[in-house]
Amino acid sequence: METRKIEIPVMSELFARGEKPEYLLWVGCAGAYDDRYKKVVRAFVKILEYLNISYAVLGKEETCNGDPARRAGNEMLFQMQALQVIDILNRYEVKKILTICPHCYNVFKNEYPDLGGHYEVVNYIQFLNKCIEERKLKPGKEAFKDSRITYHDPCYLGRANEVYEEPREVLRSVNADFREMKRNRSFALCCGAGGGQMFKEAEKGTKEIFIERTEEALETGASVIATACPFCMTMITDGLKYKGREQEIKNLDIAEIIAQSLGL
Amino acid sequence: MTGQIIFILALLVTFGVFYYTVSRIAALFRLTKPAFPVKDFGKRFSMMLKVAFGQSKILRRPVVGFLHALVFWGFCIILLGSIEMVIDGVSGTEKSLRFLGPVHDFIMAAGDIFALLVLVSVVVFLTRRLFLKIKRFEGIEMKKKSHIDAIVSLSLILFLMITLLGMNAGYIKHAELTGEKIHGVYPVSAILAGLLSGSNAEHFWLLHRISWWSHILTIFFFANYLPYSKHFHVFMSIPNVFLSRLEPLGKLANMESVTREVKLMLYPEVATSSSDQEAAPGRFGVKDVEDVTWKNYLDSLSCTECGRCTSVCPANLTGKKLSPRKIMMDLRARMKEKGPEMVRKGRDYNDWKSLLRDYISEEELWACTTCNACARECPVNINHPSLIIDMRRYLVMEEGSAPGQLKAMFSNIENNGAPWQYSPEDRLNWAKDLEININ
Repeated sequence: METRKIEIPVMSELFARGEKPEYLLWVGCAGAYDDRYKKVVRAFVKILEYLNISYAVLGKEETCNGDPARRAGNEMLFQMQALQVIDILNRYEVKKILTICPHCYNVFKNEYPDLGGHYEVVNYIQFLNKCIEERKLKPGKEAFKDSRITYHDPCYLGRANEVYEEPREVLRSVNADFREMKRNRSFALCCGAGGGQMFKEAEKGTKEIFIERTEEALETGASVIATACPFCMTMITDGLKYKGREQEIKNLDIAEIIAQSLGL
Repeated sequence: MTGQIIFILALLVTFGVFYYTVSRIAALFRLTKPAFPVKDFGKRFSMMLKVAFGQSKILRRPVVGFLHALVFWGFCIILLGSIEMVIDGVSGTEKSLRFLGPVHDFIMAAGDIFALLVLVSVVVFLTRRLFLKIKRFEGIEMKKKSHIDAIVSLSLILFLMITLLGMNAGYIKHAELTGEKIHGVYPVSAILAGLLSGSNAEHFWLLHRISWWSHILTIFFFANYLPYSKHFHVFMSIPNVFLSRLEPLGKLANMESVTREVKLMLYPEVATSSSDQEAAPGRFGVKDVEDVTWKNYLDSLSCTECGRCTSVCPANLTGKKLSPRKIMMDLRARMKEKGPEMVRKGRDYNDWKSLLRDYISEEELWACTTCNACARECPVNINHPSLIIDMRRYLVMEEGSAPGQLKAMFSNIENNGAPWQYSPEDRLNWAKDLEININ
């Protein structure tokens, strides 16, 4: 099998050459620093390359868009980050932002306009679904044909922005046995990491939320738990480890499932 | 004539007490802050039709939801009949709306059928409350008072339905015995009348009158009991749905006062000129009732303590202290405690207590994952997370108080532009040695 090296296009370099990519790919802090989630970004970038999409990343100029600070009550810090990010995005005349993390998606789409940042914001799941609908992307039917997949709705894609069907459409395209969890779509249970919880210990209780949710996912008998958010991935993967099931059951991001089905 | 005078007096007392209550509540609303401008009336009407009149969110629990929908729809139709009763009571007439012909027949028939449906639903609700242990009705915020309040409200509705059917059945039986014309159609009461034995028309007229008076006086009492009860949602839910936040649940409101400050810091040359005139910013976030918006307070008055929010809250489900229902009940209770004093003694009134800590603990606030399950579930579109975040905003920006790990997250963002302690130099490490298979 032949391989081709991917050079990630960086906005400042393209801009210096007078090129303007169609999309700014917002990698997000988890995509940049979380070892597990880096793989998700790599998988998604492979799909972008496979589709010959015109995109670039901010690279070292990217900085936190402030979402975790805002959810944790630090509005001052959020707005300072947001105004800086808007400055950078406007400098590169960004029109379309492609996000992976649903928290970043939510904050760009719903909250940046209040601070003067107006962009067309597309979440990668919507992007993948559109490419499949337009038949530009034809996921492979072999890689997951013997798998049972369940999907955990991230709160910030689901309830927060009502993106429920697109991830399911994408997952159905890989020819797997798709099973819903008992609580799904608008009824889905949070993984426990939203609202700043990702960065702190949970308050005292009788159970960890991620264990409750992982148990529900396990009830489906799925061999793959699909997620679409870096925080959810951390929580569900931890849940699988806690239950001692991480060897037999995989927690994959939807981008990884599509990339794998295509043999990228 | 005596009846008319008594009726008009009762009506005046009802309106008088109601006016007093409403003016008191209006004064409390004047203590609150602006939320958002109310526009997009088209969207608001369709939201009201769907969520309030269509009962779309309560039907997310189909069985109990349907029973509630029957009570709601019954309430709407029976209310029309009550208007006729008020006209009759004031003017001393009988079935004054009968000139509406088939419309009147329809209102009477629908009211009569719904009276039975509501009665059955309320009996189911009372059974659930009294004899079944429903988890949703329990919780630290559910004191004895809440339970009694629920039982009283349900019992009053039950009594209203019994008297409505008694009134209709007496009316029909009396008409049958005297050969008088029946105005309106009463399918359920016609059956009930058939079950009644006796030939003295006067007795049935008495049954009709006693039921009529009991029914209308109970309505008068109920209308004035509701504002002091958790059951105030009877009045508040439709306006609350109409005045819903229309934005996606994920969106938090921007704090303009903070934007001014931040712009002053980042672009001092641009910002100074315009911000000179601005008054010193008030308190950031919510500490007590004077900091909440009118929408927060309206939410709290619309809450009927059904507990659907708490029953889906991931924090509550896993034993944490947070209960979204409690947040709303606390706001309402605190406003009831402090609001009237503020109205009387001025906005500076201080009782050395506050919504934060004396009612809602930091532990509760920090347990929220902002997953919005509570807001998604609330049948009357209450938004709990926005208030929780506003209280976090107070804690962080006014007191510098937050769990240590969150403070560390803040300083990571400040120092290296990421919530974790990594260097911006490493931001592209993920892109190293990336290859794609070419098939």
